[in-house]
Amino acid sequence: MSALLEVRDLTVAYGNIVAVQGLSLDVHEGEIVTLIGSNGAGKSTTLRTISGLLKARSGSVAFNGERIDHLEGHETVAKGICQSPEGRRIFGGLTVDENLELGAFLRKDKAEIAADREYVLGLFPRLRERLTQKAGTMSGGEQQMLAVARALMGRPRLLILDEPSMGLAPVLVDLIFETIVKINEQGTTILLVEQNALAALRVAKRAYVLESGKIKLSGDAAELAKDPEVIKAYLGG
Amino acid sequence: MTGAPGRSAPTIDPKDLTLKISGAIIGLVIVLWLGKNFLYDPGQFLTVAIQGLKNGALYALIALGYTMVYGIIQLINFAHGDLFMLGTMMSAFVITTVLGQSSPGPAGYAAFVVALVVSMAFCGGLNVGIERFAYRRLRRAPKLAPLITAVGVSFVLQFIGLRWNGSGQKQWQSVIPDGQINIGSVEIDVQTIIIFAVTIPLLLLLTWLVTRTKQGRAMRATAQDQDAARLMGINVDRTISFTFALGGALAGAAGLMYQQVVGTTAYNLGFQLGLIAFTSAVLGGIGNLTGAVLGGLLIGLIQGLNDGLVYGLGQQWSQSVVFTILILLMVFKPAGLLGKNVTEKV
Ligand SMILES: Nc1ncnc2c1ncn2[C@@H]1O[C@H](COP(=O)(O)OP(=O)(O)O)[C@@H](O)[C@H]1O
Ligand SMILES: [Mg+2]
Repeated sequence: MSALLEVRDLTVAYGNIVAVQGLSLDVHEGEIVTLIGSNGAGKSTTLRTISGLLKARSGSVAFNGERIDHLEGHETVAKGICQSPEGRRIFGGLTVDENLELGAFLRKDKAEIAADREYVLGLFPRLRERLTQKAGTMSGGEQQMLAVARALMGRPRLLILDEPSMGLAPVLVDLIFETIVKINEQGTTILLVEQNALAALRVAKRAYVLESGKIKLSGDAAELAKDPEVIKAYLGG
Repeated sequence: MTGAPGRSAPTIDPKDLTLKISGAIIGLVIVLWLGKNFLYDPGQFLTVAIQGLKNGALYALIALGYTMVYGIIQLINFAHGDLFMLGTMMSAFVITTVLGQSSPGPAGYAAFVVALVVSMAFCGGLNVGIERFAYRRLRRAPKLAPLITAVGVSFVLQFIGLRWNGSGQKQWQSVIPDGQINIGSVEIDVQTIIIFAVTIPLLLLLTWLVTRTKQGRAMRATAQDQDAARLMGINVDRTISFTFALGGALAGAAGLMYQQVVGTTAYNLGFQLGLIAFTSAVLGGIGNLTGAVLGGLLIGLIQGLNDGLVYGLGQQWSQSVVFTILILLMVFKPAGLLGKNVTEKV
């Protein structure tokens, strides 16, 4: 069976700066796959290209057996890919509820949307108390919860999370990772980018290690967590 | 990260204090001046105030187009005033040339409504076309490129106006009756009533569109963060087109009312009114819709009071007074009346 997401030989550049080079990766239905690597390795660039916000210089991206690398950002959402981007990027001037509604922008199934809203508010009860509050006035942790909840409101087949634990207090980091596992258990496939490699390798089934725009290592997450090279470079060993 | 880094510390800064004291003195002088005028002749005071608000409503409609476009793509659309100018010509063309109406009456009123629809659609459509062909490809270019392009578009529109209307002014007969109603000693023209009868529903409709509909939510999201909006599945190009359509349509409505109330058309009208409307948008806080309406009404009111009151400076000082107030306000509140100093993007 072919993978849900198939990235092949992807090269992405900003002008003359090549940020990602010859990258290939697969995400299978039901998996959590993590892409780890140090700052500037090209993780966000890869995710932005998958979501159609950037155009690849060469290579291909296929989703559910269909090429999507020519699609615009809003069109990949229609295919079932939702991303919670790096830095949260919530709509600070809009209320929490409006942010959630925007997450379901392309959906028409009112009853199902209401059910999903209950589901995400169940995952993050903190958001329920703040529904009418301007999203920009919330704490960083709450904004991160909103960013994940908003992406889930699109009821994605593939949920992409770019550094969901960035800048959060340790308690909240644990909460975010627990929630990621919960979401996956409900049947959502997840591609997770993290600098917190240890936590990411713990929840993921498979992992890719990115270095200077190229895949350096890949394989079973539990095994990579034991790899001396990985430990030395990313796990502070 | 989520705090407000732009907010000043709570300690009293002597500069700040000087600013506050001089602000209070200026405010007091204005209040005294208004009070003296009001006591001199309350009826006349209210009459000229309403007269001022009538012009202010038109400024507000045009200012909304500046502020919406700025809000969504941070472009000062210099051509917007000229779009309004073409709206006045389209209105004259529909009412007088096509429908042959030149006096009040059922046929005249029907022509007014037809012209309102045609002028709004014409200016809205034209604005969408301008964005599509002139501004869209420059969206990622340095800010100066679209700005200069907008100046260029302004000249193109003025040239169209020049060919359409000739180099001089043209006078037109109005289908709006001339009379006025008196409430006590306050006079209100029928023209003023018509302007408010058109403007208020348009503003309510706009408010509903922006705050209550999906399309409006997409507009607000796109204005804040285009890439994040794309990740919601929002078609950013279409949302920007929609914004230009709305702004253009409001300019078209203002064009019709100006043409009918003032009764003249001229190819260079857009420059003058556009500048006043742009000033209104800045005064209210550019990017803020309520601010644009407030700014427009305020400038209209100031002009009305200055031009019409016994102790006012008179019409020849009208522009000077408006811009003096703008400059003063910018000193005290650089982001405009309702503008925010701190951006919402984290
Ligand atoms: N908008 C941009 N313009 C130019 N270079 C960029 C831009 N965004 C990222 N880069 C460069 O691309 C490389 C990869 O960045 P990024 O994908 O953000 O890395 P990561 O997410 O792994 O930290 C870095 O060298 C970065 O400086
Ligand atoms: Mg990154």
